[in-house]
Amino acid sequence: MSDIDLTTRAIEPPRLPRLEHQTFEIRALKSGLLTWLTWIAAGLAAIPLLSVIYMLIFKGGSRLFSSSIGEVLTGLPPAGFEMGGGIGPALVGTLVMVGIGALISIPIGILAAIYLGVLEPSSRISTNARFLAKVLTGFPSILAGVFVYAVIVIHFGYSAMAGGIALAVLMLPTVLLAAEEAMSQVPQRMKDAAYGMGCTRTQVILKVVLPTGLTGILTGVMLAIAGAAGESAPLLFTALFSNYYISELNEPTASLSILIYNFSGMPFQNQIELAWTASLALVLIVLMFNILARILGRSKY
Amino acid sequence: MNPRQPPGIRPRLVAAGLGTERHRQPFPHSQENAMANPFPHAQSASPISGPPSALEYASDRIFRAIALSAASVIIILTAYILWEVAGKAMPAIGDYGLGFITGTEWDVNKGTFGVLPEIWGTLYSSLLALLLGGVFGIAIAIFLTQDFINHRLATIFRTLIEMLAAIPSVVFGLWGIYVLIPLLKPGAEWLHDEFGWIPLFGSDLSGPGMAPAALVLAIMILPTVAAISVDALRRIPYKVKEAAYGMGTTRWEAILKVMLPTASSGLLAALVLGFGRALGETMALAMLIGNANQISLSLFSPANTLASLLASNFPEAGQVEVHALMYAAMVLLAITFLVNVLGLGIQQYTLRKFEGKK
Amino acid sequence: MNATAEALFVAEPFQASGDVVIDCKVDKIFYGDFLAVRDSIVPIEKHKITGFIGPSGCGKSTVLRSLNRMNDLIQVFRFEGNVMYHGQDIYAKKVDPVVVRRYIGMVFQQPNPFSMSIYDNVAFGLRLNRFKGDVEERVEKALRSAALWNEVKDKLKNSGLSLSGGQQQRLCIARAIATEPDVLLMDEPCSALDPIATRQVEELMLELKEHYTLAMVTHNMQQATRVADTTAFFSVDISQGGRTGYLVEMGPTRQIFEDPREQLTKEYISGEFS
Repeated sequence: MSDIDLTTRAIEPPRLPRLEHQTFEIRALKSGLLTWLTWIAAGLAAIPLLSVIYMLIFKGGSRLFSSSIGEVLTGLPPAGFEMGGGIGPALVGTLVMVGIGALISIPIGILAAIYLGVLEPSSRISTNARFLAKVLTGFPSILAGVFVYAVIVIHFGYSAMAGGIALAVLMLPTVLLAAEEAMSQVPQRMKDAAYGMGCTRTQVILKVVLPTGLTGILTGVMLAIAGAAGESAPLLFTALFSNYYISELNEPTASLSILIYNFSGMPFQNQIELAWTASLALVLIVLMFNILARILGRSKY
Repeated sequence: MNPRQPPGIRPRLVAAGLGTERHRQPFPHSQENAMANPFPHAQSASPISGPPSALEYASDRIFRAIALSAASVIIILTAYILWEVAGKAMPAIGDYGLGFITGTEWDVNKGTFGVLPEIWGTLYSSLLALLLGGVFGIAIAIFLTQDFINHRLATIFRTLIEMLAAIPSVVFGLWGIYVLIPLLKPGAEWLHDEFGWIPLFGSDLSGPGMAPAALVLAIMILPTVAAISVDALRRIPYKVKEAAYGMGTTRWEAILKVMLPTASSGLLAALVLGFGRALGETMALAMLIGNANQISLSLFSPANTLASLLASNFPEAGQVEVHALMYAAMVLLAITFLVNVLGLGIQQYTLRKFEGKK
Repeated sequence: MNATAEALFVAEPFQASGDVVIDCKVDKIFYGDFLAVRDSIVPIEKHKITGFIGPSGCGKSTVLRSLNRMNDLIQVFRFEGNVMYHGQDIYAKKVDPVVVRRYIGMVFQQPNPFSMSIYDNVAFGLRLNRFKGDVEERVEKALRSAALWNEVKDKLKNSGLSLSGGQQQRLCIARAIATEPDVLLMDEPCSALDPIATRQVEELMLELKEHYTLAMVTHNMQQATRVADTTAFFSVDISQGGRTGYLVEMGPTRQIFEDPREQLTKEYISGEFS
């Protein structure tokens, strides 16, 4: 190669192209402008999040991270001009209803995912169930409330149970799709090995697929719980609200999100402050499950 | 010789030859005598290998039946949701017919129910949100996938965007009331004073209204749009990018002329699914849109959406209104179903385009 | 096509000299409408290594995987013919493939340990069969037989996936022989391994044939000459529009490589096509 020299007269290139950067060429200007716009767009998109975090920490944190933390976390919500008070019943109610939702949706979701992902991935039932699960995840969450209202609330009244079932309806497709995805990540050759040893299909699933896909499944479950904890629309007219601690599953029950909704429109400073406090508590719960999901998702085999 | 071979048992020799007649002799079937070795001639008739026990066979069968019923739950549930909501809406559908969709008044005392303003508000707010959230979402997807920042920073930024998705709707509502609306007010006032002749700015922002609602909605769908767009851009094989750069394009020429067109169907799916998300969003809108039954182009006047109509009227609704609300829920269901199926369809098409199947 | 087209080639049946453990007679194997393999008779002799060779797509893996009904996992798979295992047709209606696979073990092309510890990988089959005896002893014995014991005896609790490719494959062999199956099927067991690991696995196979009956698919003809006692050569027939594999010739490995009867075999082993 070295014996070909472009600068010699013998070949004589008519004009060498200019290879340096041309800062003021139109192409370069356009490129630079678009790059700047993209940076600005990314920056602008981060502003709302930072603003929300700021408000949560300073408005909500002022009550939560202070000497009155005990009262805030356990106290009953204040009425009218009352001062002080707390979010105790709502905190417990949220946890109870998310718990009910999880208890219902997780077993069904994982079992259904086993059918869809391992047992009969391409059967008619699986194809339909997968499609409907995707459609259900796209449904407005308030429709879960409408459904449970029609099925349960009309007959038995507002209750924690109804709220929990509404959350289960929302969580089920999320859990199912995530668990199916996690199980389909288990390499086929591992399943082949298990079949080759003479495992029944159930043994392949219980001994190989579930243990191998477990972290992925748990990640999905945590994300579903996080999503359900932050939901409010399906609770609005299934669990309603209550100013007192939950004592039975068949009575109206408070939740953090409905407390925030109710208090946000009140003309009292105390209630608005408590709404921010409840928001911070709610975001912390949701984040906790999100972070759990992230940690689990990282510890891949 | 193999010491393990039980003496006296000689495996039967089978004559070679193309067997047209089948020697289909049944096994001593395992279910009848689960512990028996069905292959007594197997040389290592050691006690180790054996067929599954009757219990294992039973549990296998039961387990699969349970899994099947769990999978059916999702189908039955969807059907049951449709059946229940439609059933409860029936009386209202019978009473008000299509007039429900074109009516503009919602008055329980007069018994007139119409959701045209809500349909308008739902579509208008969602379209505005899609415009903003779509542009920003795709811009962020480009930002994250086209080597603008290093890998580490991209991960941090993506985590931030995902956190945005984790913030509950009511919290955005609260933020909208106490941060966004006060922030928008001076700007809205100025726009109304100076450009009031433009229909978009035809009224003043006196509190809740379309603009804050649509803005919050845009923020809420941004993670959805960004995530699916990132996915679509990532799916493009590296060789496509190489081909573009190899032709001597600048980065932006590669993005605009090659990457975006290649990912176009995925980006479209992102927009459609983001739109679907916006249509169904409830709480933040119920808190920010003002719940006013009117149709207006103005960004600053209050409006209403189907979801927030349900949210604000359901808790205190009587028998008649419940039926009307169920009808409204059906309308919302139909709109979101159409949009979501469209989005999923486009997404499937994208997958097929790049993977050749599924 | 002409209805009186010449009859399709069918290999002369191989007359096995010793005991036949699996007598496989394939009439037709279909994947959906696609005819993958036709007319192949492959007897597997006891305590010998039977090698399957042939160009890619000739159906040698398909035939091997039919011997313990692994292909049943593919929904569109259809088998016509019979596979007599000690005189019992494993494709008979009442036969449960799960049981067949407990007696006819398999080692796969890609090493596929489970994501559990080395110990648990080997003990997997024992536990599956509800083995009542000393599991630890059996695990050690299997690992020793697989020539892996010395390398892993101090790290039995480590994940099976932490081993190198060659070690993983020997772990899979140990897992397969821990339950002392009657027959061991190996589907290109060395294709993912480097030459040194390949050598180790080959030596292991020669030791294993003392106790087990082995059948192996290989893409590597030298490997067949090194380890196989009997060799079956498959080829692929594209005359019918599809790509249908069939048996061309089967015989003692020496005869196949030094004095093949069929012209096609001669061309293949001399490297004229592959």
